[in-house]
Amino acid sequence: MIYFDNAATSWPKPPCVGEAMMRFMQEAGVNPGRGSYHLAIEAGRTVYRAREAVARLVNASNPLRVVFTANVTEALNLALRGLLRPGQHVVTSGIEHNAVMRPLRALEREGVSITVVPCSPTGLLDPADVRAALRPETALVALNHASNVIGTITPIAEVGAIAHEHGIPFLVDTAQTAGVVPLDMAAMQIDLLAFTGHKALLGPMGTGGLVLAEGFDEARLEPLIRGGTGSNSEWEEQPSFLPDKYESGTPNAVGLAGLEASVHWVLARGVETIRAHEQVLTALLLDGLAEIPGVIVYGPRDPAQQVATVSWNIAGMDPGEVGLRLEEEYGILCRVGLHCSPAAHRTIGTFPTGTVRFGLGAMNTQEEVLEAIKAVYALAKEARC
Amino acid sequence: MLSQFCVLLVPSTSYAVRAENLLARAGIEAKLIPVPRKFSSNCGTCLRIAREDLERALEVLKKGKLEPEAVHDL
Repeated sequence: MIYFDNAATSWPKPPCVGEAMMRFMQEAGVNPGRGSYHLAIEAGRTVYRAREAVARLVNASNPLRVVFTANVTEALNLALRGLLRPGQHVVTSGIEHNAVMRPLRALEREGVSITVVPCSPTGLLDPADVRAALRPETALVALNHASNVIGTITPIAEVGAIAHEHGIPFLVDTAQTAGVVPLDMAAMQIDLLAFTGHKALLGPMGTGGLVLAEGFDEARLEPLIRGGTGSNSEWEEQPSFLPDKYESGTPNAVGLAGLEASVHWVLARGVETIRAHEQVLTALLLDGLAEIPGVIVYGPRDPAQQVATVSWNIAGMDPGEVGLRLEEEYGILCRVGLHCSPAAHRTIGTFPTGTVRFGLGAMNTQEEVLEAIKAVYALAKEARC
Repeated sequence: MLSQFCVLLVPSTSYAVRAENLLARAGIEAKLIPVPRKFSSNCGTCLRIAREDLERALEVLKKGKLEPEAVHDL
């Protein structure tokens, strides 16, 4: 079996992830930050260490500014809904996931105006187009760091500089990049960084969060939910300090124990080393697919400009059929269709049919890529007959 | 008689753990204990440190932008 759906969820995970979760459940699986008995404090320390690990990964100086959520979708909802008010304007791009577009379309109905800056047919965003889209009432620039459909990497640092020049907060969706593209909130001038634990960070599902830059004033960001935090319990008002302001209810501490282990694994291996490995795999895949007659590859087709996610089609064959046959005849698991991103598929011209997507990951090998190329070759040959 | 320990009140367990880490790095031992009821109606956790470490501890925490909400002798 070959698993090529790492863009959705990475699998398998490093063994230390499951071990850390098991250890937490067996040795300290109590409520973190609620009681003050030693186990509760130990659970609290586990969650705190996960904050520290994430802060280190994105170069944030204060781990208390790492807010945990159930996933990146919740983090993006928190940022968009927490920040934007009727009458305000937001700039986003043509390769966004529905995790950004759906909350924005809902806000649009409430009076927020949206500019979707188009990307090139390979998904590339021109920072100058972002600058041109800014208005006096622009309250946020929200961008995907890399397309989940074609892998194209957005020039984040350039846009960060433009946003800050105009005093506009900058939100970045790192769902496809955290763990595989070096992240530096300060250097990239990111104010709000949304991440997920279960993709390239190699952690468990149900983990993710929003990291607030040191200079971002959290008074402007309303919480998505309110409730018990284990702090300020004498008050019926939500605490104003981080991370409690945005973290109500018992957290996924067992998941965060796994996330701590996975982020440490990624940091020990080195984000740049993982990136280099994935670039080798991507180059191999792109070269192989380019040589198969009848195969159309979308996106930049350049490992330097994209993450290890490659979308393609066989001319004249339904992507759904290709996916099914890849699994049934070759044991290759991948994802076909629209990948929750109609915007990106419109950008590359594959809406509404969709594509076949190979999402390669840190655990994949060159042998697997070569085997997959052979399978695609065989299917494409049949389609031509 | 001067008390041997004092407690530093902080807003939450996350703060307490962060303060504990900063202090440990500076070689100051802190124990996380429930906030004594006479100091707060809060259900939270606070840091107990030796009285003699107080001055240095406050310096470390100030540098880490983590100043306690209150300090009490135990």
